[in-house]
Amino acid sequence: MKITMYVNGSEHARDVEPRMLLIHFIRDELGLTGSHWGCDTSNCGACVMWLDEVPVKSCTVLAVMADGRRVTTVEGLARGTRLDPVQQGFTACHGLQCGFCTPGMMMTARWLLDHNPAPTETDVREAISGQVCRCTGYQNIVKSVLWAAAHEGDA
Amino acid sequence: MQVPAQVEYEKASSVSHALSLLARYGPEARILAGGHSLIPMMKLRLAQPEVLVDVNGLADLRFIRVAGGELRIGTLTTHAQLLDSALAAGHFAILRDAERVIADPIVREWGTVGGSLCQADPSEDLSAAFAALKGTMIIAGPGGKREVSAREFHTGPYETVVGPVEMLTEVRLPVKAGAGTAYVKVSRRAGDWPVGAAGAALWLDRAGVITDAGIGLTALGAQHFVAAEAEDYLRGRRPGPEAFAEAGAIAAANCRPAADQRGPEDYKRHLAGELTRRALAVAARRAGWGEGTGLGERTP
Amino acid sequence: MSEAYGPRPRKEDARLIRGQGKFIDDISLPGMLHAAILRSPLAHARIIDIDTTAALAHPKVTTVLTGEDLAARGLAWMPTLSGDVQAVLATDKARFQGQELAFVVAADKYAARDALELISVDAEPLTPVMDVSVATSGDAPLVRDEEGFAGSGNRIFDWSAGDEAATEAAFARADVVVTADMTYPRIHPAPLETCGAVADYDPVEGRLTMWVTTQAPHAHRTLYAMLTGLPEHKIRVISPDLGGGFGGKVPVYPGYLCAIVASMTTGRPVKWVEDRSENLMSTAFARDFHMHGEIAATSDGRITGLRARILADHGAFNAVAQPTKYPGGFFHIFTSSYDIPAAYCSITAVYTNKAPGGVAYSCSIRVAEAVYLVERLVDMLAGRLDMDPAELRSRNLIRPEQFPYTSATGWEYDSGDYPRALALALSLSDYEGLRREQAEKRARGEYMGIGISLFTEAVGAGPRKHMDIVGLGMADGADLRVHPTGTAVLGVSVQTQGQGHETTFAQLVAHELGLDPDDVEVVHGDTDRTPFGLGTYGSRSTPVSGAAAVVAARRVRERARIIAALMLEVAEADLEWLDGAWRVRGDYAAGAGIVEIARAAHSSLDLPDGVDGHLDASAVYNPPNLTFPFGAYVCVTDVDPATGSVVVRRFIAVDDCGVRINPMIVEGQIHRGLADGVGIALMQAITFDAAGNCLSGSFMDYLLPTALEVPSLELGATVTPSPHHPVGAKGIGESATVGSPAAVVNSVMDALAPFGVVHADMPLTPAVVWGAISRGLGPGRRLGRRDLRRRSGDALARDQGRGEDPALGVALAVADLSEQQVDGGGGDRVEVGADRGQWRDEVRGLGDVVEANHADVVGHSPAALVQGAQDAERQVVVGREDRGDLGHPGEDLAGAVARGGVPVRRHHRRDLRARLG
Repeated sequence: MKITMYVNGSEHARDVEPRMLLIHFIRDELGLTGSHWGCDTSNCGACVMWLDEVPVKSCTVLAVMADGRRVTTVEGLARGTRLDPVQQGFTACHGLQCGFCTPGMMMTARWLLDHNPAPTETDVREAISGQVCRCTGYQNIVKSVLWAAAHEGDA
Repeated sequence: MQVPAQVEYEKASSVSHALSLLARYGPEARILAGGHSLIPMMKLRLAQPEVLVDVNGLADLRFIRVAGGELRIGTLTTHAQLLDSALAAGHFAILRDAERVIADPIVREWGTVGGSLCQADPSEDLSAAFAALKGTMIIAGPGGKREVSAREFHTGPYETVVGPVEMLTEVRLPVKAGAGTAYVKVSRRAGDWPVGAAGAALWLDRAGVITDAGIGLTALGAQHFVAAEAEDYLRGRRPGPEAFAEAGAIAAANCRPAADQRGPEDYKRHLAGELTRRALAVAARRAGWGEGTGLGERTP
Repeated sequence: MSEAYGPRPRKEDARLIRGQGKFIDDISLPGMLHAAILRSPLAHARIIDIDTTAALAHPKVTTVLTGEDLAARGLAWMPTLSGDVQAVLATDKARFQGQELAFVVAADKYAARDALELISVDAEPLTPVMDVSVATSGDAPLVRDEEGFAGSGNRIFDWSAGDEAATEAAFARADVVVTADMTYPRIHPAPLETCGAVADYDPVEGRLTMWVTTQAPHAHRTLYAMLTGLPEHKIRVISPDLGGGFGGKVPVYPGYLCAIVASMTTGRPVKWVEDRSENLMSTAFARDFHMHGEIAATSDGRITGLRARILADHGAFNAVAQPTKYPGGFFHIFTSSYDIPAAYCSITAVYTNKAPGGVAYSCSIRVAEAVYLVERLVDMLAGRLDMDPAELRSRNLIRPEQFPYTSATGWEYDSGDYPRALALALSLSDYEGLRREQAEKRARGEYMGIGISLFTEAVGAGPRKHMDIVGLGMADGADLRVHPTGTAVLGVSVQTQGQGHETTFAQLVAHELGLDPDDVEVVHGDTDRTPFGLGTYGSRSTPVSGAAAVVAARRVRERARIIAALMLEVAEADLEWLDGAWRVRGDYAAGAGIVEIARAAHSSLDLPDGVDGHLDASAVYNPPNLTFPFGAYVCVTDVDPATGSVVVRRFIAVDDCGVRINPMIVEGQIHRGLADGVGIALMQAITFDAAGNCLSGSFMDYLLPTALEVPSLELGATVTPSPHHPVGAKGIGESATVGSPAAVVNSVMDALAPFGVVHADMPLTPAVVWGAISRGLGPGRRLGRRDLRRRSGDALARDQGRGEDPALGVALAVADLSEQQVDGGGGDRVEVGADRGQWRDEVRGLGDVVEANHADVVGHSPAALVQGAQDAERQVVVGREDRGDLGHPGEDLAGAVARGGVPVRRHHRRDLRARLG
């Protein structure tokens, strides 16, 4: 089935099986391997990217369902060479260790801040509660997102 | 990674188009809404439909409004939309209570009300909430629409009255004065399916007497998700800790929970009573029942 | 330049935050094929036939490997890390649900998965062995019935440590003995990235390149050479970015070998990556320790002995990842942070029809189990003595002046200051304030718990003479090259899985050489570019490989000194290393840093004989001993007794890992382990039904904590340098996973103390907590030892709110003291823990008299029990085991009662009875 998707601002047309999962389309067809998968059951959130402007667990969506829509992945988070404040926050606050959950966490964080520019710690914890990190105990992820919120206006 | 088996895919442009696609492809066709129940089942190959009929384009099924003395919820409404709806919560706080603890924020953005209901998992929260609210399901079919009580919607685990060439389009919840509603849930972890949950709706008259009660139980082996005997007990009584405790005891006595990894049968039966009691207490307060009872959500 | 140490952002982050990390499933090679594994749905079955015809006919399938195909190459079985063999693809029997049966290789991963459904397996179901406690009973089916196993039953080994006789004597002398049975459940490290490999065999060069999720690339290279017969110098192992490991990525798994064979047979690269269910069901379980623990003490709270008897469930193949000489792992460090003069433990390992393993999930193998056992026992002892658990711990901690400290089981701890760590944890948590809050809340019917745990880890294996993995001594290398412009590249044998080696190791070298850490590049994870070493697990990177890096850097520095002396035209003896440069003594301004010296070392400068030029150096570090990080944790929980729900409200952790090279990274490691404590204590468990089905095969049922279960974490630090590590550092990667579960469980048990709950096994799910409460004594005061000494049966009954029934009051009180949970359902029946149901009717109507010895219960009729009780003249004697000593001379009855849980030896019981009579 022929589909067209607008990924990180670029148009991509492919002929795919209807059963292909969005995560595989992005990773295998387009070679954007920044988004990961960790569980198969939509519990871990390593595969979170945006479909249109809403984060989605892309292991639980068919690529054909995204036909004609916009997708944003971690590779599209920075504006050119300028890192998103969320990316800066994760580095500044040691919000990642192995880095496997990080892309999904950052995509959710960006979405949160777009809708809630001054979140509380509880807001952040709620927002990422469908995503698993095995390294940080979430402590520094929360800190990173709050850092990003405080530095949104910078440069 | 687990992947679905081969499947065909059709996009529906309207309810009637969806129905005609279902008719054309027969019983091996499945409606695809948010996909957050169906696609995991397909990856496990527990579900192997031959055709998926994607109804996500049917924007006219995405609504929450009041009309005809009812709160009406289109079945493509996402969990997040229902959670965020001040209109829905204003009428029925139980909906916000329940939605807050369904899955997680990302899944709630994509999972739909209709998808959850039609998946008909015995642990699914909205079924009990709608049963407590004594809602009505609107089902579209080739011959037009029909109405089914929320309490008759499920015919068993993972089974509903929706036929192969039918589609659930709307849930209608009667709006009546004096209502107070609540949902309380125990789970092993945020986002997990409930060990057990109870939803309660109370309608009080001006004298403070319970004119009607609705109690829905999730994952606790209640027939049709309902604690009917406890509802009967409450009708005509005054709210109060003794009445709620008794209603809880009746609910516990009449459910048939099954032991699983989430807990043994005796614990779940205990939860049926305890959570019914708690949900009723919160619902009563929300209905304006103001006596200080010492009942709180955290009180053992 | 001392500022090389300290918190600094990680070098790794730049690629990872841009989505430019390279994980195993990101590897894609031209012509690469994709594999999937067919797994046994049955836990125990004899294989009759595996028919792959239809799968092979699938247009996208390249090949299908079965056990028979591997057998033809001598690869159907592979040696494990514990001297056993493990089936790669089963040929005779399936021995656990999820065991590998066939390996399908296809053009894409969807087709490979489809083809699994085309393979038909004919197998005869066999009864599985799922209960470890009956595995060695004579009539249990044999998990291993292949040749060479005849007569061994399901028993793998018996192993013990410590002085059994001295420990026995200590228990005989003790005033108080507490015993408990507890299970550390089977859990899984569940790194977010599963395991996988891309095998690329080049038949022309005869060279294998193996991308694989391994924490130990060099050990893997050697193992692949040993297994496949390929010469080791033709094997290159590349461990790319790892999405966590936590011990799960140490072993060689069947899928890796199958990928190699498939690449050799197809001549194309083959990728295999397990899905999450495969990960949870077949690779890398941990723990599964069934423990009987006993702790002996004086009446004033001095611990005098510790004893443990363990049944270890090793699954279907003994594949535990541990040093060869330690079949029981490091469990015998179980005296942990306490100065206990006598200790003895024995471990029996058995086969069951469960996945093989296990791995050291974020600990040195079995230290997590050891710490959990002793910390639970100490808490129970505090309850028995009616002593504050912090006070009891304080009285028994190893004192700072005792270091280096040799434990009763022979460990030599390098350094520590335990009282300081505990004191800091207590003050950070406002322990006194918490206890006041707890008392106030209890008065209102609210239940909060305060749990304390201490731990001592033993990390950084070797030394080589004591520790090896399949014959490879546990030492690690470092290669340091200093370029002419003074930047450096460090090659190390260890492999980061998120610990930040690229940053910390650069800081180590920079500190030694006066460089900026940004000018030191760390290379790891590629056996062609790094020196040999055993890899990253058991928190050994900084203790071993970090030390190697420092030694190499110091060698560079010494060589630089020679060159600096030439440059500065002074004698070497006139130079001192100061502030990152070789400086002339007495003339601070005259000196040369590594950058200038490196240029000179590569220049035409005339060097003396014996100095070759350049500054490169390498080192192999064979650690003289392990390092012993330690810490003290306090966990605060709130429990809703009516639902059993537990909320972890606070977690305070004081860790001492010696010198901290990058405190930011160190704290991150601790955060991780504290979250593990929440998960392991409250929700993580791999469970099975009686038919052998794994009930935890996905993240829907193997629950991991989210940001909503883990509280905001409060850390404190003390620094007690390791005396033998070159920079005084100890490992930190796993401390918190070792120390934290006991703090959580102690906290929940503390919350439940008013209900008479003494112990419940992890995971403390709402159902488990509620179950413990409902089997407890009911709300009321928890009775202490002194209560029993003072009170009659009538008074005890009144204390329990059972004034009308002194027998019940006594039974409940004594049962509490003996760590046995009591069913007090409605006051009309009583059941005691292990003896459940055996004597419920006898308890009632006996007045004050209960004789409830385990042996009696098993061996005696109710009538005999009643008789025994009457013989004892309506007094209380309770014991659980037919071992130990209750009736030593001079003890009064009250004392005997107070020590109700003391094991009773048959003849002593007779003596006692005679005295009482």
